[in-house]
Amino acid sequence: MNKTENQKAWLFVLPVVALVAFNAVIPLMTVVNYSVQETFGDNTFFWSGVLWFEQVLHSERFHASLGRQLLFTGTILVIEIPLGVAIALTMPRKGVWLSVCLVLMALPLLIPWNVVGAMWNIFALPDIGLMGWTLNKIGFDFNFTRQPGDAWFTLIIMDVWHWTSLVVLLAYAGLSSIPDAYYQAAKIDGAGRWAIFRHIQLPKMKRVLTIALLLRFMDSFMIYTEPFVLTGGGPGNSTTLLSIDLVKIALGQFDLGPAAAMSLIYFLIILLLSWIFYTVMMRNEEQ
Amino acid sequence: MAKITIDDLRHSYMAEPKAPEDWALQQLDVTFDDGGAYALLGPSGCGKTTLLNIISGLLRPSHGRILFDDADVTALPPDERHIAQVFQFPVVYDTMTVYDNLAFPLRNRGVAAADVDRRVREIAEMIDLTDRLDKRASGLTADGKQKISLGRGLVRSDVNVIMFDEPLTVIDPHLKWQLRSKLKELHQRVRTTMIYVTHDQTEALTFADRVVVMNQGEVVQIGTPVELFEAPQHTFVGHFIGSPGMNLLPCTVRAGVAVCFDHDVPTANAARYSGGGDTLEVGVRPEFVRFAEDGFPVTVTKVSDAGRFRIVETRPNDVASPIRLLVPEGTEIPTDATHLAFDVERTRLYADGRVVA
Repeated sequence: MNKTENQKAWLFVLPVVALVAFNAVIPLMTVVNYSVQETFGDNTFFWSGVLWFEQVLHSERFHASLGRQLLFTGTILVIEIPLGVAIALTMPRKGVWLSVCLVLMALPLLIPWNVVGAMWNIFALPDIGLMGWTLNKIGFDFNFTRQPGDAWFTLIIMDVWHWTSLVVLLAYAGLSSIPDAYYQAAKIDGAGRWAIFRHIQLPKMKRVLTIALLLRFMDSFMIYTEPFVLTGGGPGNSTTLLSIDLVKIALGQFDLGPAAAMSLIYFLIILLLSWIFYTVMMRNEEQ
Repeated sequence: MAKITIDDLRHSYMAEPKAPEDWALQQLDVTFDDGGAYALLGPSGCGKTTLLNIISGLLRPSHGRILFDDADVTALPPDERHIAQVFQFPVVYDTMTVYDNLAFPLRNRGVAAADVDRRVREIAEMIDLTDRLDKRASGLTADGKQKISLGRGLVRSDVNVIMFDEPLTVIDPHLKWQLRSKLKELHQRVRTTMIYVTHDQTEALTFADRVVVMNQGEVVQIGTPVELFEAPQHTFVGHFIGSPGMNLLPCTVRAGVAVCFDHDVPTANAARYSGGGDTLEVGVRPEFVRFAEDGFPVTVTKVSDAGRFRIVETRPNDVASPIRLLVPEGTEIPTDATHLAFDVERTRLYADGRVVA
């Protein structure tokens, strides 16, 4: 086959290259730049090598935030994925109620992050919030601004409330793509409810669930606004997730170097874990 | 194993059907004998899949009964009717191996592991899947998957009837023929009643001992392939089966003789006509028409080559629809005005679509 060399093609790619450069490559490179330098203000920088990376990787503070982050993400995934699938399974297949369900499901997804945080903050307040007040009335000593356990509880159910819908919608899309013939064949083969779920519905939902899992993993690992508005990382540092900690270092303490190094490590962790998730879930597909 | 009786059956997908076209199935009384190979043949939308789903229990009829032998099964769900069905698009359980797919219906019914194994291997042998038992079912080609669907029906020893809903739709043409012969062979081996739904006359006529021809929610004729060809009971059967279909000539009847375009046309049954039909037609298949010295005057308008024979189109006048005839290769074809002779025994009078008896 003859290849034609046509250098003019580069011209057509140029706008995209420029766009990607401005919105991704250049900001990222700035961060890389900060991460290997030391500054004492005055816009003067000194080379510091991998010092900041070593510091972050050995910092107990970073380990603690990472631990909290993993706990948070792990917990919401364990709740949201099965719950989302369960809700999708009970949704009607057609009719008016389907539209009603879909609209109800979509609602939390349309609310801005900081509003969600503010809503739950007020909702959970022990003296005037509906949830906080009720919990105290029925005998629980609930105060999310003072007790770490209560703060975590509120944080988790806020995220479940906000994002389970996404899993429901994706799972529902997967379910509705299953042809009726599969259910009819299962009926004829005498399959029970569990067998239908295990051998028809779950395999057919696998692709969308992979996407749901990846999206929820990435989003929850990067979550900032909602916990910032709800608890601000407190009480103490008990709900200081990675992103909140990062902002404290970068903008509170103005430690540009360590913050930049932490950003890159943070980014690589998300990339690595996403890749592992994807590979593991897709491995069976190729066999 | 059972004889299946469809008794006074009607079905509509609407809650309160009124007009005749509201009914997907008009009025059916059909009997499928035990061990027979049947085909339900008809165009899309004629109700054949509806009927199939009613027999299998996936659908409950609005009216009438289904009997398996003497037992009324109208209200029973599919798994209690002991039936099997192969769908248009292959249904396999993707995550399971071929072996597990075949074993699935037996395991769901709590059959002992040793019996499951014996039965699965026996059926795999029958449908030529023995060497692929350990493979994932999702990796098989469409014809392999259809064989699994069929196999899941065959493994069960209690199956009353196996139903096929246009099972060759997604199969490659060169494999269609193979799979069809395989079905025929399997039927002769296991002698389970099989009902095969299709809109393809070749599939129906080669598979079935008896063909049930349906149109617009009604059974128009039940018969062997030869009967459908030689003695269509309905003009629909005449033009749906056969290629090209039966010629239909509008006519009137005078003193027991059919008259088309002012010429007497001798038929096998016009003498029995006693009036009452709105539309009268004479039907004769192209195979039973030939050129003659005198007879029905026509003009040759078109000749098409169809391999071993030629299809000649003739017209009695400029406006009438053509009368086709089949002429063996090498026969001389008149180029202009000529005459046609119809085989009297195969030429019939139809009143409102139905043959005059």
